[in-house]
Amino acid sequence: MILFDQVSKRYEGGNEALSNVNFHLHPGEMAFLTGHSGAGKSTLLKLIALIERATTGNVIVGGKNLNKVSRHTLPYLRRNIGIIFQDYQLLYDRTVFDNVALPLIIGGFSSREVKKRVHAALDKVGLLRFEKKYPITLSGGEQQRVSIARAVVNKPALLLADEPTGNLDPDLSREIMDLFLAFNQVGVTVLIATHDIPLINQLDKRIVHLSHGQLLTVEE
Amino acid sequence: MAMNHDTSSSENSAGNQVQLRQLQPSFSSRFKEFFIRHLQVFFYSLGLLSRSPFSTLMTAAALGIALALPAGLYVILDHAKQLSGDFDSINQISLFMKKEVSEKTVKTIQKTLEKYPEIAQVKHISREDALKEFQENSGFGDALKALKKNPLPHLLVVYPSLIHSEPEQINALLAKLKQIKQVDIVQLDIQWLQRLYAIIHIGQRGILIIGGLLALAVLLIIGNTIRLAIENRRKEIVVIKLIGGTDSFIRRPFLYTGFWYGLFGSLIAVLLVNISLIIMNDPLTHLSSLYGSNLFSLGLMGIQTSSTLLLSGCLLGLLGARLAVGKHLKEIEPK
Repeated sequence: MILFDQVSKRYEGGNEALSNVNFHLHPGEMAFLTGHSGAGKSTLLKLIALIERATTGNVIVGGKNLNKVSRHTLPYLRRNIGIIFQDYQLLYDRTVFDNVALPLIIGGFSSREVKKRVHAALDKVGLLRFEKKYPITLSGGEQQRVSIARAVVNKPALLLADEPTGNLDPDLSREIMDLFLAFNQVGVTVLIATHDIPLINQLDKRIVHLSHGQLLTVEE
Repeated sequence: MAMNHDTSSSENSAGNQVQLRQLQPSFSSRFKEFFIRHLQVFFYSLGLLSRSPFSTLMTAAALGIALALPAGLYVILDHAKQLSGDFDSINQISLFMKKEVSEKTVKTIQKTLEKYPEIAQVKHISREDALKEFQENSGFGDALKALKKNPLPHLLVVYPSLIHSEPEQINALLAKLKQIKQVDIVQLDIQWLQRLYAIIHIGQRGILIIGGLLALAVLLIIGNTIRLAIENRRKEIVVIKLIGGTDSFIRRPFLYTGFWYGLFGSLIAVLLVNISLIIMNDPLTHLSSLYGSNLFSLGLMGIQTSSTLLLSGCLLGLLGARLAVGKHLKEIEPK
């Protein structure tokens, strides 16, 4: 599903965020990406979502070499990937329903279909009763669940999350993590960047460790 | 596991899996949705504008004034042209024949002239008719009766056809008529007509320049407004890009916003021009009545002029928005 082949990323100014990273995530797999702040976790995720491009090496996602993806075809690639952020990236002038519906509206689904799928996604994250509320009125954990609903609403094959529990207390973090486990169980490939080591140690999933831009350990 | 993995077979199958699992709406549903979405965005962008009615109205008023100026000048000039068009009927050439020319010759000349393509009509006023008219209208009736001989010559009144009524063509015709040897005097005062045409030409050029500059101003106003709108919705654009929105999807609401601004602006312009015409109508009618004419009366803007104004307003709105969006959308990328 995701393949990093000798990937390096150097930002302007000479700061090398990733150096010679080789990494493979199989379809249907779930893995955690850990490391100190600035180790390159976010950069690695950004390369997958094509928010950044690799300086050298190949990143292949779902069989597509991202070096060959043009600006024009980039949006269609991103529709295959659900992305979840630490700061949720919700639109606060729209209701929960409208936020979750956005990927489907971009994809050109009929209103009936949009309604059906948004309800299904909100139901999955347990927020169906909040569909008419505005995100600002919800707690952090609830907002993160809205963003997860938005990420999964068009059933992407791959979910990426950058510190999804970064702003949440341990109980809420566990709830969020359980959601990711549930999606993985139905076959979604999941890659989560986090430094919540105690939480991920409870889970029987692969852990990928980054340090100073280099891949250190790959635990099964 | 899976470090230094080779790229080939397993990734390809994974790729296919992605393609298969990706949720896709059907083609016909997309086609139908495309129009529905357009319609929704069309009214959604109107809704956005109505959320800040005051600033929308301010922008639209600025556009309206910029559009009203060239449109108003055009309407006035159009009326002036009609006025000169009305004078075309007075645009007549009098050919006074030499006294010795007989009525029969005059009739022959009349027939020849009527065949000229640049001449619409030739009227013969015989010396007897002229004398009778003169006796009736001049007040010298009795005195004239005392004359033994009719002092008046035959007169041919030549009406140039309308398509040949430009001053240069009239001049050419005059030259031709002067060459007829039975003609004594060719008379036409067209200097005032030439001057009027010259003024109208200057006016037309002026309107072209003012119109061009103000169209540019409209583009800049709309471009700047859209640039601010883009800046205000920066976060939304980033989010939409992150979840796979295409450039055209992001562009759409801004283009429709530009369209609405153009439409409102030109509606205001139509209103402003018509109000100005109503205000100016009375004094102008009064002025023309002082000249004993009812020619110069301004009606309201015609349907054709109004719709041209509305159409160009909308097009300028779309174009201004497109330019602004094209320039600024590329600068906004997720980080």
